[in-house]
Amino acid sequence: MYFQPTTLSQAVRDAQVEGVRILAGGTDFYPSHGDVLPDFPILDISRVDEISGINRTDTGWRIGGGATWTDVIRADLPRGFDGLKAAAREVGSVQIQNMGTVAGNLCNASPAADGVPPLLTLNAEVELVGPDGARRLPLEKFLLGVRKTALTPGEILAGLHVPDTGQAVSGFSKLGSRKYLVISIAMVAVYLIVEDGAISDLRVAVGACSPVAQRLPMLEADLRGARDVRGCVMPMHLSDLSPIDDVRGSGEYRLDVVVPLIERALIAAMEQA
Amino acid sequence: MDGSAVPMIRFSLNGSDIGLDVETGERLSASLRERCGAKDVKIGCNAGDCGACTVLVDGEPVCACLTATAQAAGRVVETVSGLIASVEGRALGEAFQNHGAAQCGICTPGMIVSAVAWMRSGEGSVEDALGGVLCRCTGYRKILDAVAEAAAGGVEPLNGSGAMGTSIRRLDGADKVSGREQFGDDVAGADVAVVHVIRSPFARAAFRFGDLEGFRTHTDGVLAVLTAADVKGRNCFGVIPPFADQPVFAVDEARFRGEAVAAVVGTPDLMARFKDGDFPLMWEELPAVMEPEDAMAKGAPELHSGRANNVMITGFVACGDSAAALDAATVQVAGTFETGFVEHAYIEPEAGFADIVDGRVEVHACTQAPVMDLDSLEEILALDRSQIRVVPTGVGGGFGSKLDISVQPFLAMAAQAINGPVRINYSRGESMQSTTKRHPAKMSVQIGADVDGMLSGMRFDGVFNTGAYASWGPTVANRVPVHASGPYHVKDYRAEAVGVHTHCPPSGAFRGFGVPQAAIAQEVLFDELAAKLGLDPLEFRVRNALKNGMPTVCGQVFEQGVGIGACFEALRDAWKNALVEVEEFNAKGGVVRRGVGIAAGWYGCGNTSLPNPSTIKVGVRLDGQFVLHQGAMDIGQGANTVISQIFAQALGFDVHDLELIGADTDVTPDAGKTSASRQTFVSGNAARLSGLALRAEILRRCNVESASARIAAGDGVVIVTDGAAVHKVALAGLDVDGDGYVLRSEESYDPPTKPLDQNGQGVPYAQFGYAAHLAIVDVDMELGTVTPVRFVAAHDVGHAVNPMLVEGQVHGGIAQGLGMALMEEFIPGRTENLHDYLIPTIGDIPPIETLIVEEPDAHGPFGAKGLGEHVLIPTAPALINAINMAAGVQMRRVPVTPARLRAAILEAEND
Repeated sequence: MYFQPTTLSQAVRDAQVEGVRILAGGTDFYPSHGDVLPDFPILDISRVDEISGINRTDTGWRIGGGATWTDVIRADLPRGFDGLKAAAREVGSVQIQNMGTVAGNLCNASPAADGVPPLLTLNAEVELVGPDGARRLPLEKFLLGVRKTALTPGEILAGLHVPDTGQAVSGFSKLGSRKYLVISIAMVAVYLIVEDGAISDLRVAVGACSPVAQRLPMLEADLRGARDVRGCVMPMHLSDLSPIDDVRGSGEYRLDVVVPLIERALIAAMEQA
Repeated sequence: MDGSAVPMIRFSLNGSDIGLDVETGERLSASLRERCGAKDVKIGCNAGDCGACTVLVDGEPVCACLTATAQAAGRVVETVSGLIASVEGRALGEAFQNHGAAQCGICTPGMIVSAVAWMRSGEGSVEDALGGVLCRCTGYRKILDAVAEAAAGGVEPLNGSGAMGTSIRRLDGADKVSGREQFGDDVAGADVAVVHVIRSPFARAAFRFGDLEGFRTHTDGVLAVLTAADVKGRNCFGVIPPFADQPVFAVDEARFRGEAVAAVVGTPDLMARFKDGDFPLMWEELPAVMEPEDAMAKGAPELHSGRANNVMITGFVACGDSAAALDAATVQVAGTFETGFVEHAYIEPEAGFADIVDGRVEVHACTQAPVMDLDSLEEILALDRSQIRVVPTGVGGGFGSKLDISVQPFLAMAAQAINGPVRINYSRGESMQSTTKRHPAKMSVQIGADVDGMLSGMRFDGVFNTGAYASWGPTVANRVPVHASGPYHVKDYRAEAVGVHTHCPPSGAFRGFGVPQAAIAQEVLFDELAAKLGLDPLEFRVRNALKNGMPTVCGQVFEQGVGIGACFEALRDAWKNALVEVEEFNAKGGVVRRGVGIAAGWYGCGNTSLPNPSTIKVGVRLDGQFVLHQGAMDIGQGANTVISQIFAQALGFDVHDLELIGADTDVTPDAGKTSASRQTFVSGNAARLSGLALRAEILRRCNVESASARIAAGDGVVIVTDGAAVHKVALAGLDVDGDGYVLRSEESYDPPTKPLDQNGQGVPYAQFGYAAHLAIVDVDMELGTVTPVRFVAAHDVGHAVNPMLVEGQVHGGIAQGLGMALMEEFIPGRTENLHDYLIPTIGDIPPIETLIVEEPDAHGPFGAKGLGEHVLIPTAPALINAINMAAGVQMRRVPVTPARLRAAILEAEND
């Protein structure tokens, strides 16, 4: 069975079919199911109108559940989204960006998901729609662990809500062993407001250094008011991170390089402010 | 669409309206290839990691393997075979051919489709637009040049005559850019039975089958089941007969993860859904040894009886008295170096097709060695070789691994079992698990020098992890001691290389046969030695470089053709300038430090002290057409063009007027395997001799004795132009042979070598090629990342048959050397895909300047030397020397990942 609804209400009805799996951009769906033909029902949500594109709302922005990375790159968005756009450009390749969706990146819940750190700094909320209606969750409550989310069977991630970013600037930095098509060793997203040369509001998130990307609240608090961030990131700021050793690098290395990655991202963002 | 029925999917494909009934969730790549016949869409990974399957959907590039066919409904789909006719596609097709931007051609459709989208949108950089397509052959720089040329609108065809030394387009290039070339999986039809191999999920495991007969008879769509019991001949193969040890199907125990234990032949419909768990098979995992030191330890499981302590072979070369010379040396350096498994990562996984034709078995598959495939099949099938035909398909990259058989016995046995056509296509995971790798090496090396900076003693002890089966391990063990001195005059030398079995995938041939590993140890220590002596690294090398008349470590003396000195001289200006550049760059301070490194390499062309003849045949048909039977497998390197150019030069003929017939064991003589950088040299000589013989025959028939006379084909005549005189040799009336030829020649060449004695003294190769690379890198001291800035590569090729193809080899070899140095490490069970196993992308290869050095070789055709493997040898050590200079570290292990380099930087700072 292959469902290809064009309305969200129909999609939610189709999502109730036993064993159905959701297909959007396919960039995680196909690799995770191997080379054989799928033997389960598929719900293709790529043609649902209500979840496409990126739109202005009363209080901010809505990134539709079907919005691709290319949609993010091409959207006319304020500077607070520069970090998300930079992350979008570093997702896989143009081919992946054209098909892969932001929402799918979240549902796949990889520790190295490129979209998560910038969306955490944007205080994004996910909009989940199921047979009993819609609910919203802050992104950090949606992502529960490696490949684990709060999405319940029968629900669809219909969109992301990002509050207005005002004068904020943002940035993103991904460290990998090659230029394209690379999974992060570590990545950093920053979002900040600079007033009179000093940081007045700051959000920092680190990815690929814990089961789920993390904000660094202590660092954010300590750097408020800072004019020069050089040398300000201390080991204690990273105590919530728990990086593992894998083929891309050791946990020790990840903790070590996160420091310059954060400082450089902050400096670059402050220069734009 | 509701879920109750899948309606027909309609879309536009290259301008035609298509309607398809597809399976639930069927991938667009599968629909295009199998239902629409669009075999120009290549599948390299089925996971979005390689981009070979890139197509345009509504003008946007996407991976067809990650797109559901249903998602294309109502859309416009374009593939390279359609786009090549567009304005952009035409320009790209021409430019790709001009630059040699398509070598094997398997990535070319994805590259051209992506480039068309970029040219049309004008968005972003070319690198960003092509970053999603992997190429393993070209090193990408020629692709960038080609796209830039096409985008600029000016594409002038190359105008070389084809004479030796002129750059002409590949003779087989047009089909590569249009996607028409047929690779291993492009031959079979959609309804052909599919072979699927059942493999060990464990490095070592005992297994037993359940009810195979019940499975076969009670599973709809199963046509045959194959196990060791079905091997009619010898269930054992190997590229080096005395070491043959690998079963087609394992018996009772599997010795590596990915080893074949059985195969299922089924209908395409069944096999598209088949899961290994459905096969009646029970496993019992057993303790495995993955490292040579564990495998050699007392009590370790013995992989092959008769190979005590799992030692397969030891290669040895000694001359002079290394111990005494090292003792007497003024300065000494020593180090232990480590390298890991390297995966060939050609973009085309192994694939093929077989059928029973007139009672004979015909196998069509991608291969580097069709006649060796035939040799193996003859034994495995227990069939007379006259009953087997091997016809190579296009080869989507080989680099050594497609020298060994892979799919061939499965195909042949399956075709016999069902008495009809069968096909097989390895998944990326299967390809990476089961085929050969570069040997991991652990090498302890000591080198000394006297007060004048002259070498005084060298000792090399290497342990090479040869995996579960011999493959080319003996060749590696024998080649390494012959080459580990580098192209230098080392009077007192002792080198030993031990090949040790483990429960890892078989290590085999990979561009350089172990020499690239050894060169890392030797060339990196040379820099340390030069530093201790207070000598400039280039000057130190120049002083010790091998020269004509000096013996190699095997006691072989070349009176001419030793080109390493000329390679060093070619780099001298670049080296001087780079040192200044580095100093100026670093004087600015900052976290990024620049470094420059040089390294050299040499490589003996052809088999080591063993015969490896090539035969090249040519015929002239009654209508006047000259037909060259060119059996030297072109795996992307350009043998079809180079061998033809050499032949045409000898004949005095225009190479563009030749008709080529490729390798085919029924009609084309054996030109040997494409390995050991032997085709230009060995098959090139056979082509030269064949051309000379035919020329003599033709000139005799018109009584011309002139070295300058040109030969051309006419209608039913051969035209000989000797200055102002024009002679015609009429072909009518001449005897027509069984091949339809009225004139013919067939000549062979085997390089003159002599066996090595117990100390490795003798004449291992008739010729060596030489190389020296200069690499400039930037190191981010905080992150440990390395950014190569540029390469200058000097290569002595004796005589460059086709300089454009020479550059292509240089670029491609450097890209592979860079991958080995900085990012590539295959870990069985862990990096069996192309997103965990990283090869360089288009953003990772810096500009490369190629300096062609021509020091003619007495044995080479018109002086030419082999090149393919030489290129990779100096790259990694040059990079490491540059990194060591930039970061003040002493790297001893590749790949130099950011984590390893950063750890070394911290250690150096703490010292």
